[in-house]
Amino acid sequence: MGDLIRFRDDETHEEPAVTLDSFLEQSNATAIRLEPTDDPRALIPFLDRLSLIEVAFPKFRDGRGFSIASILREAGYTGELRAAGDILVDQIVPLRRCGFDAILSEAEIDREVAAKLAALYGNVYQKTVDGRAPVWARRSDPTHG
Amino acid sequence: MYRYDDYDQAIVDARVEEFRDQTRRRLAGELSEDQFKPLRLMNGLYLQLHAYMLRVAIPYGTLSAPQMRMLAHIARTYDKDYGHFTTRQNLQYNWIKLADAPDILAQLATVQMHAIQTSGNCIRNISSDQYAGAAAAEVEDPRPWAELLRQWSTFHPEFLFLPRKFKIAVVACEEDRTAVQLHDIGLQLHRNDSGEVGFRVFVGGGMGRTPMIAPVIREFLPKAQLISYLEACLRVYNRFGRRDNLYKARIKILVHELGADEYRRQVEEEFLHTQTLGLDAPQAEFERIAAGFAPPAFETGLSDDVDRSDPDFAVWLDKQVAAHKAPGYAIVNISLKPTDGIPGDASSAQIDLMADLAEAYSFGELRITHAQNVVLPHVRKADLQAIWQKLDAAGLATPNLDLIGDIIACPGLDYCSLANARSIPLAQKIAGRFGDLERQRDLGELKIKISGCINACGHHHAGHIGILGVDRKGEENYQLSFGGSGAEDASLAKIIGPGFSEDGVVEAIEKAVGVYTSLRADGERFLDTYRRVGEAPFKEAIYG
Ligand code: HEM
Ligand code: SF4
Repeated sequence: MGDLIRFRDDETHEEPAVTLDSFLEQSNATAIRLEPTDDPRALIPFLDRLSLIEVAFPKFRDGRGFSIASILREAGYTGELRAAGDILVDQIVPLRRCGFDAILSEAEIDREVAAKLAALYGNVYQKTVDGRAPVWARRSDPTHG
Repeated sequence: MYRYDDYDQAIVDARVEEFRDQTRRRLAGELSEDQFKPLRLMNGLYLQLHAYMLRVAIPYGTLSAPQMRMLAHIARTYDKDYGHFTTRQNLQYNWIKLADAPDILAQLATVQMHAIQTSGNCIRNISSDQYAGAAAAEVEDPRPWAELLRQWSTFHPEFLFLPRKFKIAVVACEEDRTAVQLHDIGLQLHRNDSGEVGFRVFVGGGMGRTPMIAPVIREFLPKAQLISYLEACLRVYNRFGRRDNLYKARIKILVHELGADEYRRQVEEEFLHTQTLGLDAPQAEFERIAAGFAPPAFETGLSDDVDRSDPDFAVWLDKQVAAHKAPGYAIVNISLKPTDGIPGDASSAQIDLMADLAEAYSFGELRITHAQNVVLPHVRKADLQAIWQKLDAAGLATPNLDLIGDIIACPGLDYCSLANARSIPLAQKIAGRFGDLERQRDLGELKIKISGCINACGHHHAGHIGILGVDRKGEENYQLSFGGSGAEDASLAKIIGPGFSEDGVVEAIEKAVGVYTSLRADGERFLDTYRRVGEAPFKEAIYG
């Protein structure tokens, strides 16, 4: 199963996730699992009826899930977005910046290290789907979050 | 030069703190080498044949005198009193102890330097033209754009785990000193027919095992859309670049397999979307950065006359000094290629001296070139002779810019764990054979580039003469190629025939040079002659 960390307050989704293909064929499933090769944009018409999208990370080096998550959030998805697989503790910060709000790691995650890393980078250079104000926005308006 | 504000400093300081903790956990045995490896690599720390190697970023090749002095200080304190300037406008230390690495990074941070983006499958340190802000022909200074990209690409969360490393260059001249078409993305500022300045975007160049010259993917990109366009380029690559084979993972393979037209179509489609996301910093932020690169206060009314009565000085002047945009000023190229030296190496004392000269004569600025030399960008012509004397006394005045002795060489088997063959001793042998500088000048521009293995860190594909170290039944062997160029006339060198031993290469080059001198037309460089007559006479002389 693995170690699940969630950064959202709602109930954990219990329904099993289906593949993109079976979802597109028939399903009224509300949970889906995307592989790195899947096209997240195929889900755009259905986003408001999904409550969990799990994105597979077969190897920590495989960064396709970062783009998949960004695309889904840019398209307005607000349900749980879960990164699942081979995930390093050092990847949690960038995963969250790309819109993931849950991590399901194969190996146990050291909560203390994760918290330390999250606290370390109070400033970010890029505008992403996490809504944090990039440094260039804060420079002109330091009250920016 | 751009100076960090509190935000920039906080980000670099955070990285140092993070790495200090990671190193502590490693030294305490809480992390295995396997777990630690990706973390140290994100901080430029490689494990080489004999020791750790630390790669320090020199963003767009520009640095200040205090930064240069810090590089000397680190070499003196933590290494064997020297550093190695690389073809990627970085500096490498070859003999670093792991326990010292966090302190080194902390010291670098005090002068606004770091080792971020020097390793891993992320967007690497941005390269640029060493004459930026000094060359007359430039459309505008490319470095504000390079700094904007440095910030944008630092810890860009979507692009930290790309299929492979990603190198971007920004230039603003038609004349290319940066090998812009051999980068994953090359950005060239130019003026379109209606007089507006924007970027020509090359995508999919590179060296390595499958060298490719990048096609133009967009002829004109408005400057204000640079970030949203690059996000589209990178996103298409991150999603569709090959991950099944390390050697086919660079973007050049994606662009090649899709075809430039299809890649362009996909990028344009994604760009329609990324344009709506507000990713580009506003003009005011660009202007804030650009203010950091405002031209120094050049004096006016200076004379362009230089006293050429000392013949040695005159020789150096003709070879190492280039035209500057401001009257009375010049650009000085410092050679890190003494005939018996190691290409790109400089001692702490030499690094300090170059910092002193920059402070005294060049508004405190220095540049690193991809040919592993150093530049003083803004020097008064009246000071040239004094500078030359000081360089000469320190062994830094070899007048061989772009000549056969100005060899690019990767670290090779003397340091690198991936090497098949040594690069440095071969470079020294070739430089020694052609040690007579008068002969070098007679031969004219002739760029030799040596890589110790197929990864091509020494740019051998772009050499007028390229040399590649291969392993032949356990013996070091060298393959010779001709006709490459990393300049605006970019081309890939072609293998001429079977390989050679170290001495055999030197003999073969001697013969090739003989063919050139017998066939050259007036004003032709080695490369021009080779292109005109083709490989046959060279092949004949070498193998006949
Ligand atoms: C000493 C340790 C080094 C290691 C382990 C190393 C490793 C590599 C590898 C594996 C590649 C091939 C990448 C690919 O084709 O996908 C490569 C390419 C390259 N490296 Fe190095 N390298 C080292 C040192 C250097 C040095 C010292 C320089 C500069 C002198 C350098 C500059 C480059 C350049 C310019 C390329 C080829 C351009 C391209 O990316 O296509 N590397 N390196
Ligand atoms: S070309 Fe090969 S031998 Fe030379 S530095 Fe690169 S990886 Fe090492």
